[in-house]
Amino acid sequence: MAQAAAVAKPPAPPRRRRASATPRRLPYLLIAPAALLMLGFIAYPVISVFYYSLQNYNPTKPWRNGFAGFDNFVHAFTDDPVFWDTLTFSAKWVVVEVGLQLLFGLALALIVNQTFVGRGLGRAMVFSPWAVSGVLTSAIWVLLYNSQTGITRYLADMGIGSYGTSWLSDTSTVFPAAVVADLWRGVPFFAILILADLQSVSKDLYEAAEVDGASRVKQFWHITLPHLKDAIILSTLLRAVWEFNNVDLLYTLTGGGPAGETTTLPLYIANTSVDAHNFGYASALTAVAFVILLFCSMVYLRLSKFGGTDK
Amino acid sequence: MITKEATKAAPAPAHVTADPTRPLKAGRNWDEVPRRHIYLPLSIYLVFTLIPFYWILLFALRPAGSTSLVPWPMTFDHFEKVWTDRSFGTYFQNSVLVGVATLLMTTLVALAGGYALARFDFRVKKAFMLALLCSQFVPGALLLVPLFEIFAELKMINSLGSVIIAETVFQLPLSMILISNFIKNVPYSLEEAAWVDGCNRLTAFRIVVLPLLRPGLIAVGSFAFVHSWNHFLFALMFLNNQSKQTIPVGLNTLMSADSVDLGALAAGGIIAAVPVVIVFAFIQKWLITGFSAGAVKG
Repeated sequence: MAQAAAVAKPPAPPRRRRASATPRRLPYLLIAPAALLMLGFIAYPVISVFYYSLQNYNPTKPWRNGFAGFDNFVHAFTDDPVFWDTLTFSAKWVVVEVGLQLLFGLALALIVNQTFVGRGLGRAMVFSPWAVSGVLTSAIWVLLYNSQTGITRYLADMGIGSYGTSWLSDTSTVFPAAVVADLWRGVPFFAILILADLQSVSKDLYEAAEVDGASRVKQFWHITLPHLKDAIILSTLLRAVWEFNNVDLLYTLTGGGPAGETTTLPLYIANTSVDAHNFGYASALTAVAFVILLFCSMVYLRLSKFGGTDK
Repeated sequence: MITKEATKAAPAPAHVTADPTRPLKAGRNWDEVPRRHIYLPLSIYLVFTLIPFYWILLFALRPAGSTSLVPWPMTFDHFEKVWTDRSFGTYFQNSVLVGVATLLMTTLVALAGGYALARFDFRVKKAFMLALLCSQFVPGALLLVPLFEIFAELKMINSLGSVIIAETVFQLPLSMILISNFIKNVPYSLEEAAWVDGCNRLTAFRIVVLPLLRPGLIAVGSFAFVHSWNHFLFALMFLNNQSKQTIPVGLNTLMSADSVDLGALAAGGIIAAVPVVIVFAFIQKWLITGFSAGAVKG
């Protein structure tokens, strides 16, 4: 049977033959550098996080180091209100940021996809904050929010608001203030990715729709949006993970304050490991963060039936 | 609303497909959006985008203590001060070194791996692809502690090499997926034709494939550069020595000082932004093509 199959199979097609004229090890050699780097600096650290999460590990208190079982996890879930606070804030931060960025990014992409005078310049200016780093974004918005010299002073000059308002140090204004600062940089990300995907919508579809009398709004719902679906899902997911993990902006803009009001879970982890040197506990929190990320990604992909309509 | 206008223009109802009087214009659909629907929202958004940029320019250029809303009289004192007294000259050098080294390493390693993924079937390919996709979800920020320990073990704390490696590693997965998609878009038969003409695999790749990859490589390379130029945490954690630090860390130091020197902060911010702005001015065209060609959907 096996023999028959072997006979029935034509000899390897010439294309394969030619390719195998180069050593069979070639693909392995080519991926080796990448594989080694990722094993050493991603896989190994991830494994060690899970290992340390089961340990008491604090370089400043070496006498307590050793196996801790699930103590770190028990402590986090039952005995650490800060953990729950930061988790809630992370969720709020990610949902608000990603939702607004997607909305504005989509609108912007649709606008700059039209043909109009000054389109090139318009695109360049709209996209420009995207290249700006989290730290620089913080620097810019620190200048804008500064109570003495910031925009509030000039607003107060015009009779809007009051002098001496510092939006970043007031617990009631710090959240919207931080959201706006991050939106400024985050909207272009969606705009660029969605614009790139808009390039591949066939013009014929719109012409056909127009011939059939479909309104512009209908065209958007029935042609544009379905076409963008996969790109939107993927970029939303990537962005949500990114917003969850990214600490640059909040670390430098608010430092997680005032009064821990803007501390995300990763920021809390960074503080626990850097300031408190409690590496074991920080590792346990990291492990929890991994599981949450993995779970949310899977649920999201399942709910949105990612790519399920193709083939 | 637009279709109403169209209907008015053409006497026959729009859904009569065989109407010969209806002019057939390619892309007419795009030309019909009323200008105000474009310029109004765009202008509003641009105000939001540009005011912060203007604000930082204003602070960098006007003398300390001025409250004028135009940077006049103009002064470059803040730049001089931040460049020499606050060591932004040194930070700038370090950042350039990290950025260029990350760009080169990421592009080369991703090019090799991307070629293997695009052109060969090999045993661990599926597993490797899966690892690439998964590692996108692994946050560098959460791996600071184990990474610190690895670099301490390697005696690389306080050396720029640690930051370069860390930046490269976290750039690699996406870069490699993108590049392998770019390579898949180049027909294999082109390469095969070059082999028939007597090129070996490397020469064929260099002469035939590489020139076609240019937009993609520019997109990926500039990504790597900008990311490492902007990224803050690795440099903050792995470089304790002030002479080794990078620009984002310098900016953070300025911001977290007890009394923030706003002029110096603004000037430092401009110095941080200039290279990135230049990179983007050059690559903007390639960026959109690079993205749509390599499309993130793999």
